[in-house]
Amino acid sequence: MLIFTLRRLNLFIFTMFLLTLLSFSLSFLFPGEQLINISGQVNATPKQLMVLAEQYQTDNNIAQQYIAYISHLFQGDLGISMASQLSISNEIMSFLPATIELTLVALFIAMIFGIPIGFIAAIKHRKATDNIILTVSMLGYSIPVFWLGLLAILVFSIQLGWLPSAGQLSLVFEIEHVTGIQFIDILLSDSPYKWQAFQDASAHIFLPACVIALAPATIFVRLARTAMMDVLDSQYIRAAKAKGLSFRQIIYHHAIRNAMVHVIRDVGLQFANLVTIAMVTEVIFSWPGIGRWLIESIFQRDHTSIQGGLLALSSFIFIVHIVIDFIYAALNPLARESRNGA
Amino acid sequence: MSIFAVNKHLLKIMTLPFLCWVTACNSDNDQSLSDHSIVYCSEGSPESFNPQTVTSGTTIDATSNQLYNRLISFRGEDNTIAPSLAKSWHVTRDGKMVTFYLRKNVAFHQTDYFTPTRFFNADDVLFSFNRILLPKHPFHQVSGGKYPFFQSVSFSNVVESIEKINEYTIRFKFKYADSSILANIASDFAVILSKEYADTLVLKNIKREIDTLPIGTGPFKLKDYRPGAYIRYAPHKPYWDEPSTLEQLIFDITPSNTGRLTKLLAGECDVIAFPIAHNKIKSKPELKLQAVTSFNVGYLGFNTLKPPFNNVKVRQAVALAVNKQAIIDTVYQSKADIAHSLLPRTSWAYDKHTLPQTYDLAAAKKLLTEAGFPNGFTMNLWALPVQRAYNPDAVTMAKLIQADLKKIGINVLIENSLDMGSFLEQLSKGEHQSVLLGWSADHPDPDNFFTPLLSCSSAKSGNNRTFWCHKEFDNLIQQALETTNVAQRKEFYSHALAIISTEVPLIPIAHSKRFQARKNIVKGELLSPFGGIDFSKVSKN
Repeated sequence: MLIFTLRRLNLFIFTMFLLTLLSFSLSFLFPGEQLINISGQVNATPKQLMVLAEQYQTDNNIAQQYIAYISHLFQGDLGISMASQLSISNEIMSFLPATIELTLVALFIAMIFGIPIGFIAAIKHRKATDNIILTVSMLGYSIPVFWLGLLAILVFSIQLGWLPSAGQLSLVFEIEHVTGIQFIDILLSDSPYKWQAFQDASAHIFLPACVIALAPATIFVRLARTAMMDVLDSQYIRAAKAKGLSFRQIIYHHAIRNAMVHVIRDVGLQFANLVTIAMVTEVIFSWPGIGRWLIESIFQRDHTSIQGGLLALSSFIFIVHIVIDFIYAALNPLARESRNGA
Repeated sequence: MSIFAVNKHLLKIMTLPFLCWVTACNSDNDQSLSDHSIVYCSEGSPESFNPQTVTSGTTIDATSNQLYNRLISFRGEDNTIAPSLAKSWHVTRDGKMVTFYLRKNVAFHQTDYFTPTRFFNADDVLFSFNRILLPKHPFHQVSGGKYPFFQSVSFSNVVESIEKINEYTIRFKFKYADSSILANIASDFAVILSKEYADTLVLKNIKREIDTLPIGTGPFKLKDYRPGAYIRYAPHKPYWDEPSTLEQLIFDITPSNTGRLTKLLAGECDVIAFPIAHNKIKSKPELKLQAVTSFNVGYLGFNTLKPPFNNVKVRQAVALAVNKQAIIDTVYQSKADIAHSLLPRTSWAYDKHTLPQTYDLAAAKKLLTEAGFPNGFTMNLWALPVQRAYNPDAVTMAKLIQADLKKIGINVLIENSLDMGSFLEQLSKGEHQSVLLGWSADHPDPDNFFTPLLSCSSAKSGNNRTFWCHKEFDNLIQQALETTNVAQRKEFYSHALAIISTEVPLIPIAHSKRFQARKNIVKGELLSPFGGIDFSKVSKN
């Protein structure tokens, strides 16, 4: 396990190095002055610019400039937004939790629907159920998210009036921003309307989360189906059958557990895709997350925010990736140490 | 096995809110918070929280009637001036002095950032107006030193001084009589600030906060504001007038008009500003679309110095030949009232006896023959291709008039190639023969429609685009300014309207409407023909 952890740590450091290098080079690649791009100080006086130049060591060579940039990052200083002149790290801290909340709920919905349906398809292999599931999941995968989002608003918000169309929580409720994750903040708050707020937040997250979940869910269907078919084909299932176990016992005690291990490994890969879908969905549902903030920054040509936002978002995806790797390793001894397996 | 155990547990926790929400398991309160809150989806963020420093409607909507009071205000259908923070007032016979007797025991807002120790008094009035009037005042330059409304009505030229007589009496002295001055003092811009709050800000050296963290005497106080996202107001419990029954008032800032419509249809907003898709809103039984006719007018003006429009008969003929109803239906899509006179029906000086210019082609032809143009003539009509509140599409309007006038033999050439700046510049030089223009009033005093649009003095300055200077008319509107007797003023103005109706320096076409959509459960008036939205009388049941 130690070697596994070290290997992942190594990967983490190397990837972070590349990410910061990329975001550092963006400040040169964006149009305009590099010092202003990296700091966001568009209204700085010449005197302030001198101080900034010293901080970012723009007179020294590229390596020293990079080190100066990294040291700013370590202090949590990503500069200020060129558009709003607010600290970018504060902005990210206030927007990222909403995205984390939305993507985790979406991931959860995608998993609890996608994986069991995939298993069913595999068990009913080559039967009508399997074909229907495959057709529907293909259809679900092909629907563009911006269209699906608008359709969902049209049907569930406007026509039926069941669910709200925008935002994270009705403005009626006043919930203090503590962690930024709305459900936790509501539970922490001492508002007398806590449960109403909780219901309202659930109603708000339901539609966007389902829209985001659709495409990954269809992928999980296919992954789970393949994994289950592989498992059902394997020697030990045949052995179990020979032992006289019932089909139900084989599925519940052997097949599902082993198939799950394979699916979990791919969840991490799907997460990046999920975040991309979430960015578009956040815009459609006015979700106050990092995706919407980043897209707005792109519209406003706010280079400093784009750099900071990209760095934060990609680190987030990467960290989730590693966490899922660890979960996979914990579930599957084969993955962590070779001596556990053949 | 472990993963399933975790999953089952997780499943329980995560589905609980959804089960709760579906079955509506309200544990704590029978009544939900949204029954006592109003969410208003507004069109933009306010620039400031002090209406003295702005003219934008968005800011006035968000601040003026919610946070503040004025000394006097407009009330009722005909917008007469009524008491507010001043419980009564007295105007001297020569109209050069007004004494206001102030209301006692009026409390300022108590908020996280300020706790008042005294009630409202004359010092606050003095502070609020001197900030605008005196360039040396410590708060004059805060937020840029610009008071656009007061500058436009040359407030500092009219007001000579303001004196505090005692704690609850204050006197305004004017350089000359101007009966529209009370309307200016009652306008949404002339709000009363707290001097005590200003003093504490000076001590803390944060004078800027007077316009960003407001303290007033209005029905609501500011609780929280996030630019571009929302404004949260709480009711001001010790409000001197009837306190609001709401628990909170929220402005949900939604700049996109489709976004506002969606939020209304999805039930997230109780009231929305400037709705689109009127038929969709009307088709929903739980929603209501309301309109008020704004204080504006869209008109067709003649250059009365240039032939053939120096002939009154030609002007009368054109007035009879324009089909106003068709214009209302197509250009305004029925979102306007037909204009029978220069004044909108909601003005107190509106006279329903003023003869409207009716659509009558035969009479128009006859007049044209009498004027010596039996075969018609060719004229130019200037139209600005920019959408205005009083005229959403001047070019289409010009085309309709072109078709109308063809019927009596007049050939109209539409001139719409100019940009706004050169358009206005060349208009003031009088290079046009006729023009489609309009006017949005700054305050509901009827004079605001007459003096700037049609007086001889504004003909000289070029603001009067008709260059019409009528001695009798000018005397009437001057006399109307010199008296404060409303009945007398009304008489003067109906004479003036009659003169416009026969002399036809311009043809009033439409008074456009301001729209607003709300849920039926929202009760009470909140839109008036003039000024900003007002939530003080609104409740929800």
